[in-house]
Amino acid sequence: MKKIILTAVVVLMATISYAQDKNKKMTFDVNGKCGMCKERIEKAALGVKGVKFATWDIPSHQLSVIMDENKTDAMKIKTAIVAVGHDTKELKATEEAYNSVHPCCLYREDNSDDSGHH
Amino acid sequence: MNTYIKLLIAVLLPFAALSQDKVEGMVVDGGAINATLGLPGANVYWMNSQIGVVTDFDGNFSIPYDAQYHKLIISYVGFESDTLTVDQPRKIKHTLNPSNALNEVVVNQKRDAVQKAYFSSQNVVTINSAELLKAACCNLSESFETNPAIDVNFSDALTGTKQIQMLGLTSPYLLITQENIPMVRGASQAYGLTFTPGTWVESIQITKGAGSVVNGYESISGQINTELVKPLTDNAVFVNGYANQNGRYELNTHLNKKLTEKWSTGLYIHGNKRTQKEDNNGDGFLDAPLANQINVMNRWQYQDPENGWVSFLNVRFLNDEKQVGQLNFNPDTDRVDQKFTAANLLGAPVLNGTEIWGSEINTRRFDTSLKLGYVFPELPFQSVGFQTSYSLHKQDSYFGLNTYDITHESIYANLLFNSIIGDTKNKFKTGVTFAYDGYDEMVLTDDYSRVDTSIGAFFEFNYDNLDNVNLTAGLRVDNHNRLGTFVTPRLHVRYTPWEKGSLRGSFGRGKRAANIFAENQQLFASSRTINITNAGGDIYGLDPEDAWNYGVSFLQGFTFLDRPGNVSVDFYKTDFKNQIVVDWENPREISFYNLDGKSSASSFQVEVNHEILPKLELRTAYKYYDVNTDYTAGNLQKPLQAQHRYFANLGYTTEVKENGAQWRFDYTVHALGKQRLPDTSSNEEAYQLGAYADPYSLMNGQITRVFSNTFELYVGGENLTNHTQDNPVLGADNPFGSNFDTSIVYAPIMGRMFYAGFRFKL
Repeated sequence: MKKIILTAVVVLMATISYAQDKNKKMTFDVNGKCGMCKERIEKAALGVKGVKFATWDIPSHQLSVIMDENKTDAMKIKTAIVAVGHDTKELKATEEAYNSVHPCCLYREDNSDDSGHH
Repeated sequence: MNTYIKLLIAVLLPFAALSQDKVEGMVVDGGAINATLGLPGANVYWMNSQIGVVTDFDGNFSIPYDAQYHKLIISYVGFESDTLTVDQPRKIKHTLNPSNALNEVVVNQKRDAVQKAYFSSQNVVTINSAELLKAACCNLSESFETNPAIDVNFSDALTGTKQIQMLGLTSPYLLITQENIPMVRGASQAYGLTFTPGTWVESIQITKGAGSVVNGYESISGQINTELVKPLTDNAVFVNGYANQNGRYELNTHLNKKLTEKWSTGLYIHGNKRTQKEDNNGDGFLDAPLANQINVMNRWQYQDPENGWVSFLNVRFLNDEKQVGQLNFNPDTDRVDQKFTAANLLGAPVLNGTEIWGSEINTRRFDTSLKLGYVFPELPFQSVGFQTSYSLHKQDSYFGLNTYDITHESIYANLLFNSIIGDTKNKFKTGVTFAYDGYDEMVLTDDYSRVDTSIGAFFEFNYDNLDNVNLTAGLRVDNHNRLGTFVTPRLHVRYTPWEKGSLRGSFGRGKRAANIFAENQQLFASSRTINITNAGGDIYGLDPEDAWNYGVSFLQGFTFLDRPGNVSVDFYKTDFKNQIVVDWENPREISFYNLDGKSSASSFQVEVNHEILPKLELRTAYKYYDVNTDYTAGNLQKPLQAQHRYFANLGYTTEVKENGAQWRFDYTVHALGKQRLPDTSSNEEAYQLGAYADPYSLMNGQITRVFSNTFELYVGGENLTNHTQDNPVLGADNPFGSNFDTSIVYAPIMGRMFYAGFRFKL
């Protein structure tokens, strides 16, 4: 019984979240540490066609986006973010992209909250 | 269940077509009752790569194959992630099984506490509360002393009212709003700024140049918006007392209470009084008015962030009484203005030479405003706002023989919708505005009552590329019963050529109906006759004022001696297509007429801010004005306008101790170059002023001792060099004679003055 309910919930969840939502809200982890990272991450996310709104929270490392699912998906946003040097849970930035960020933004060395400094 | 999957794979496999450089396949929902269901939205990505895709609506995916990656990860919230080893492009069918650890999935929905620093396209200066405390007195008109964007002048020799100017133009050419609702306009133009007590002000935003179209078409040289303290964020209890050497006392009390999670309310009471008669220059006239003001405001704030609602309701009542004129004037027995005597004696007053000249200006004002804001909870970039206000402003006044009564009833409503086009790089605001102004105006014995109504629609687009360009383009179309139907375009652009540099440009139109008497009330305290040269126009026989403003500015931040600073240069020009020229050039009269020829105001400003020593901030500015108008007597510089102005402010603060204790020192100097005086050459020699007033400088200083977070004391001095104008009242020896004039004021009336006050907060 329990399993059926769980399954039903999962199916329902998948259905709800995958009715092609024009204003799909989504939150995921992006690594970074400071205000400069915030600007870079948000700019990269908003650069993806279909992303309407993007805000990255420094202390929690959470990127909240609102996007049109007809035009884009989470992986496209993550691809754009790793391209400017910021790691996500799934995709990792190349060494080259990572090294292109400002020296103070090198979060892999010291992944602290540096929001007070920038 | 597995049988089904195997069956499905068996069925589907024959259809698989392998491609050279892609891994294609399908992700199946292993938890579905019918396990043939594709799983849409699953993540498919190469481990430690930059390549990832999401499965489509049917669960299919196609990911580029790269020989350097071997581990393909398939994951989805609520399912166990799987890692597949893939060594060549091939077709994959994979089933994800539901994770039993579903309860570990935490949906995080944190929002930013602080919004991203917005690099506005408009040239906006914000004066915050710390800056406002630098000049501890007393009301909004005196809040600009430490800011070079605004010049403070003296309106007349009697009331001591300070008149503000921006870009060389007086306050009627500014749109002065309170929380974005037009406030100081119409009948309140002359004294309106003195009706907002300084402690009520949370911050002031000064926009140089055309400004936004959202708040109307009236602004020509700039906008000043005042944010008042909010019940939710202001101190629960705040008391401020102030007294100065000249017998002015002020008391401000704020009481704020959070009633529920959503409702808060605040009660703000201001009173000021001056009963002491001061005449330091010995001209027989009061140097400052005998005054009495009570000003009470009640605010209600409603905040429901979960559902996206914000609302403010304000109710305010004001009673302000001023008495000016000769020292021994007694309003009960000495009043001789025409309205008063006409009612009593059925005729014009017959002067016997023993009358005492005096004046009373009594104002009562009621205003209320409502703001409603709704932010769509699912769409933080989209909101609807509604603002409405009602005010009733009643001024009864007389100046010697001249009666001036005005009642101004005003209704304003603005509906605003904010959203985006595509993404938050392209924002827009659009809405409609309605305004009603009913004026009941009695000038001497002439009735100038009128009603103005207008309705308009606006659209403002903002583009921000999140890097070096920000652009705001606005357009509004209004229909006004006296100004006609007209279009107001405004454009602001910011470009960042390099780090810490910001280049701005703007242009825009403004149009307004000049309330010639309310805006130039100082004329009544003179024996000048009023002369409106034109007839046939819709406003006092005159046409609407219409002007274009253009400006460029450049701001550059720098670090010098390891401490931050910035330098800014700006140039603005206002070109009038029509202006109501206020002509003081004949000492026997004041004339109002439509501009015939050219009129423009140019301003150039260089400002440098730097922390020159640790904790010592210097702000300094030089300003040059060229404000010239074609008068009937020819093209002249605007009278009582210093073409060169210099400003410096030094502020020093000590480190704040743990309990909030601190010392703050502040010193300001204003230097004004020579000012052209209105022509008085046709007066008898004793009543002639020169062509120009001499340059002079003014110094103010203040020391604040903060004892703790709850108590602080301040002492200060104004006009420390004790510079005053020798003869502010022309013809003071015979105030009912033809030479009497109090309108030519170019320097302070009051000499050096010290004050002290305290602030108590809980």
